[in-house]
Amino acid sequence: MTKFKDQNIEVGITPSQTVGPFFAYGLTPKGRCEWDPNGQYSWKETIGDNLITPDASGDRIRIEGTVYDGDGMPVNDAMIEIWQADSQGRYAHPRDGKALPNATFKGFGRSATDKNGVYGFETIKPGAVAGPNGKMQAPHIVVCIFSRGMLRQIYTRLYFAGETANAADPILNLVPADRRGTLIAAKESKGGQTVYRFDIRVQGGNETVFFDI
Amino acid sequence: MSLVYPKESLSAYPKHLSPGYKSTIKRSPSKPLIIVPHTISELTGPAYGHDAIQENDNDLTKQHKGEPLGERIIVHGHILDEDKRPLPNVLVELWQANSCGRYVHIVDQHPAPLDPNFTGAGRTVTDKEGYYRFITVKPGAYPWGNHKNAWRPNHIHFSFFGHSFLSRLVTQMYFPGDYLFPYDPIFNSVTDEKARQRMVATFDLENTIPDWALCFRFDVVLRGREQTPMEH
Ligand SMILES: [Fe+3]
Repeated sequence: MTKFKDQNIEVGITPSQTVGPFFAYGLTPKGRCEWDPNGQYSWKETIGDNLITPDASGDRIRIEGTVYDGDGMPVNDAMIEIWQADSQGRYAHPRDGKALPNATFKGFGRSATDKNGVYGFETIKPGAVAGPNGKMQAPHIVVCIFSRGMLRQIYTRLYFAGETANAADPILNLVPADRRGTLIAAKESKGGQTVYRFDIRVQGGNETVFFDI
Repeated sequence: MSLVYPKESLSAYPKHLSPGYKSTIKRSPSKPLIIVPHTISELTGPAYGHDAIQENDNDLTKQHKGEPLGERIIVHGHILDEDKRPLPNVLVELWQANSCGRYVHIVDQHPAPLDPNFTGAGRTVTDKEGYYRFITVKPGAYPWGNHKNAWRPNHIHFSFFGHSFLSRLVTQMYFPGDYLFPYDPIFNSVTDEKARQRMVATFDLENTIPDWALCFRFDVVLRGREQTPMEH
């Protein structure tokens, strides 16, 4: 063990830098980026795109979308991370007083976009969680986007089409009405599976709403 | 203990649009970001045990049959919050080019050799003192297409999970005294000189292992400080 850094020196946060184009073999090795591990070392996945644990209760859903740049071109080297509550609105974190949720459900996932700019997650639809001033928030998922060309991550939120609670959501209501639609994932059905489509437009006319948090 | 995440700290970060780094032009939000309060959804975040981490995940020189070529180095440090408190159980992930400046990623077509004994990915979890340690080789500089004769300074990509989704950080660690610093728009996207230097590791003679490996120290400060009584 080494001695701790001098406590008298000024501490400031470490700045962000881009994830660059080559993160896949480190961060999303089982993602859909093609790469050649070129070796015998077996790398156990820490974080993947399937959040469903055997004990997780609730509606199984797929989340899928395409990430587009300012020219409307798919971004094939983005990484999407999601953070969500379980079906009963509990986060797997000590700060959530209602913890613990479905014992092994972590609520965190990571997916790299493929060559067509498409990412996807298998998960459980989250329940409603508490919001500011004792109000409830509509079911939602916090989304964080990294990519080459992004020097820092951008945050957005995914809400679910058809939720009556969306109308009273304290965060959605801070977004200009004409832009709220960019945060609502459309419900589709694919081979009997419920898919929520959540495309992310980084820039341009129908730009996704991003949050300053 | 309840942490808060002052937004002012983020002034050290690069701007989303930093035109010197050309890819930011089409990949940065053009509309103002919407200011929202921090709710339980942002103030919580994924927590990790040691379950997925295997022996040698933090020793990139031992993941293959033979030893990789290049200068063997130790990279270590502490992860702290903005109150200088050490952060235990932080998942630290890194990925890097080999000593010739080549990534194993299929998109990297830089005509430098791949090393059959080096993948370039590692990870670990900080101990109760917030301490982490890797053994690897020093990555080479490599060219990129941003502008004529563009080269990235030697760097290691790092990813950290702090105590909430707001303290999530992806950054790059640089090496002291790199002659490519003045020419790199990614490094210089951090415009404050002091903040920029916080991405540069220090040479750590004291922890260098004689006859075996040089050592670099990279301490990292993530967002988050203790809630203080309201200041007016
Ligand atoms: Fe790089």
